[in-house]
Amino acid sequence: MARAISPRKKIMWTALAWGFGLLIFFPILWTFLTSFKAESVAISDPPVWFFFDWTTQNYSDVLARSNYPLALMNSIIIAVGSTILGIIIAVPAAWAMAFVPGKRTKDVLLWMLSTKMLPAVGVLYPLVLIAKYFGVMDSRMLLVVVLMLINLPIIVWMLYTYFREIPGEILEAARMDGAGLKSEILYVLTPMALPGIASTILLNVILAWNEAFWTILLTTVDAAPLTKFIASFSAPEGLFYAKLSAASIMAIAPILIMGWFSQKQLVRGLTFGAVK
Amino acid sequence: MGRITLEKVQKKFGEVEVIPPLDLTIEDGEFVVFVGPSGCGKSTLLRLIAGLEDVSGGEIRIDGAPATNLPPAKRGLAMVFQSYALYPHMSVRKNIAFPLKMANMPLEEQEKRIETAAKALNLTDYLDRRPGQLSGGQRQRVAIGRAIVREPSAFLFDEPLSNLDAALRVGMRLEISELHKKLATTMIYVTHDQVEAMTMADKIVVLRAGHIEQVGTPLELYHTPRNLFVAGFIGSPKMNLISGAPAAKHDATHIGIRPEHMDVVESGGTFVGKIGVAEHLGSDTFFHVHLDEMDEPMTVRAYGEVGLRYGDTIHLVPQADKIHRFDEQGLRIE
Repeated sequence: MARAISPRKKIMWTALAWGFGLLIFFPILWTFLTSFKAESVAISDPPVWFFFDWTTQNYSDVLARSNYPLALMNSIIIAVGSTILGIIIAVPAAWAMAFVPGKRTKDVLLWMLSTKMLPAVGVLYPLVLIAKYFGVMDSRMLLVVVLMLINLPIIVWMLYTYFREIPGEILEAARMDGAGLKSEILYVLTPMALPGIASTILLNVILAWNEAFWTILLTTVDAAPLTKFIASFSAPEGLFYAKLSAASIMAIAPILIMGWFSQKQLVRGLTFGAVK
Repeated sequence: MGRITLEKVQKKFGEVEVIPPLDLTIEDGEFVVFVGPSGCGKSTLLRLIAGLEDVSGGEIRIDGAPATNLPPAKRGLAMVFQSYALYPHMSVRKNIAFPLKMANMPLEEQEKRIETAAKALNLTDYLDRRPGQLSGGQRQRVAIGRAIVREPSAFLFDEPLSNLDAALRVGMRLEISELHKKLATTMIYVTHDQVEAMTMADKIVVLRAGHIEQVGTPLELYHTPRNLFVAGFIGSPKMNLISGAPAAKHDATHIGIRPEHMDVVESGGTFVGKIGVAEHLGSDTFFHVHLDEMDEPMTVRAYGEVGLRYGDTIHLVPQADKIHRFDEQGLRIE
């Protein structure tokens, strides 16, 4: 669409957009800068911006004081594991709701979503008791299952919306061609919904990676992921801003890099079917 | 083999009965067309036979074996959909191969059948394209190819030509008819277009509101429609239906005269009226004539070019042996 925009207006809007973007980015930038400062510089008032003695001391301190590789591995296993498990459960569920809806399908969908509005702390106590009873506290398996359950409503909802975009006649054609339920989902539905499934996976990995409430409360050492790793630097004896910043940067770096590379896919998936 | 029998087959959606219990036999090798206005249940009936919908009552048999509770995959039928329903993520070759793959057919046999089908349907050059890169007619050919490769006991067509433009539709109609002659496999074809029904069918099933109004060959329906509905539905342009005094003269409540059974005379016609619209097709001329005794204009088909036009007075005489008579229930009087 061709529209006349005066150059002055263009400059103004561009500046405004950049300003807003930088505002959102600022905390990450500040954390990044702080992670390279000495503790004394980190808390100096007025704050120092770029001209300080850059040091990687915080990073070596953090690596020395805690087990970063273990936390990283735990985060990866928990985020990826809960996502895969969630997808395996959600694909058939979303299939059923999208293609053979019953009278109560809408209610079920809304009810599932409503569980996301429940304060998580409300189920903390029973969950801890159950975990203790089965002796699975501080285990990766527990977190994989819990985070899968926490994010399942979102996975089902997202898949449901993508599946709804697929014409039912194509699935009927597959049935007429001799495909059973398994072949229908495997050879026809999944490949057609692949962009949607991919962005569901990506979004869910990010959500699970960032999940702090359950990961902090249900783990101590063995299964502690990066969220717990960050939290452990806000010790009661006082905050060490620079080390905390270094830990944070180390914790968010992997997901940031992943997000960077999958940006295109994520946007494509999230707007899938919006323009036809 | 593909003999399909329906016994007291019934379909309800909740409380609504879309198909009251009906009986129908489709003989092996027959080309049967289900025709009727939209919402008459013809597509539902086809989907019941396909197994895509569950029956609410009654029995479906394919070659004598009960099929009522078989899933679609196990009925050995193939279907061609109005929207083609091709797999968009697969090439034409893979689309056609899909039913064979599902049947676990050896790869060499698959290749052979795909080649044969592609050749028969002029698709050889397009085998490696995706459906999105094909025209409507080519897509429908792929859909037909996908149906024929597995040699089903019957083909089901659900308004397969509705998405094509008029010229292509006539071409595809001939192709499907030819395919039927060649394969001699049972075909069930659903359409709302009575011209398709008349030109393709061995046997037409006229449906209204889930009821079978009449079953017969195209010419049986044309010459002896059992009731007013069939009389008005079969034939193009539509039969003129007249009630009141002109019908009473023939001892009937309604009479029907087809446009082609009305002669134009110089004077002294049974019906005299003024010409509204005159459609000159060259081979024929259609007049839409306004009569005092009828609300709707009467349609008349005259052969060749006739030099009458808008506003002219026209005298009409129906051919006596071609008048259809119906009683007050709308049923045919012999």
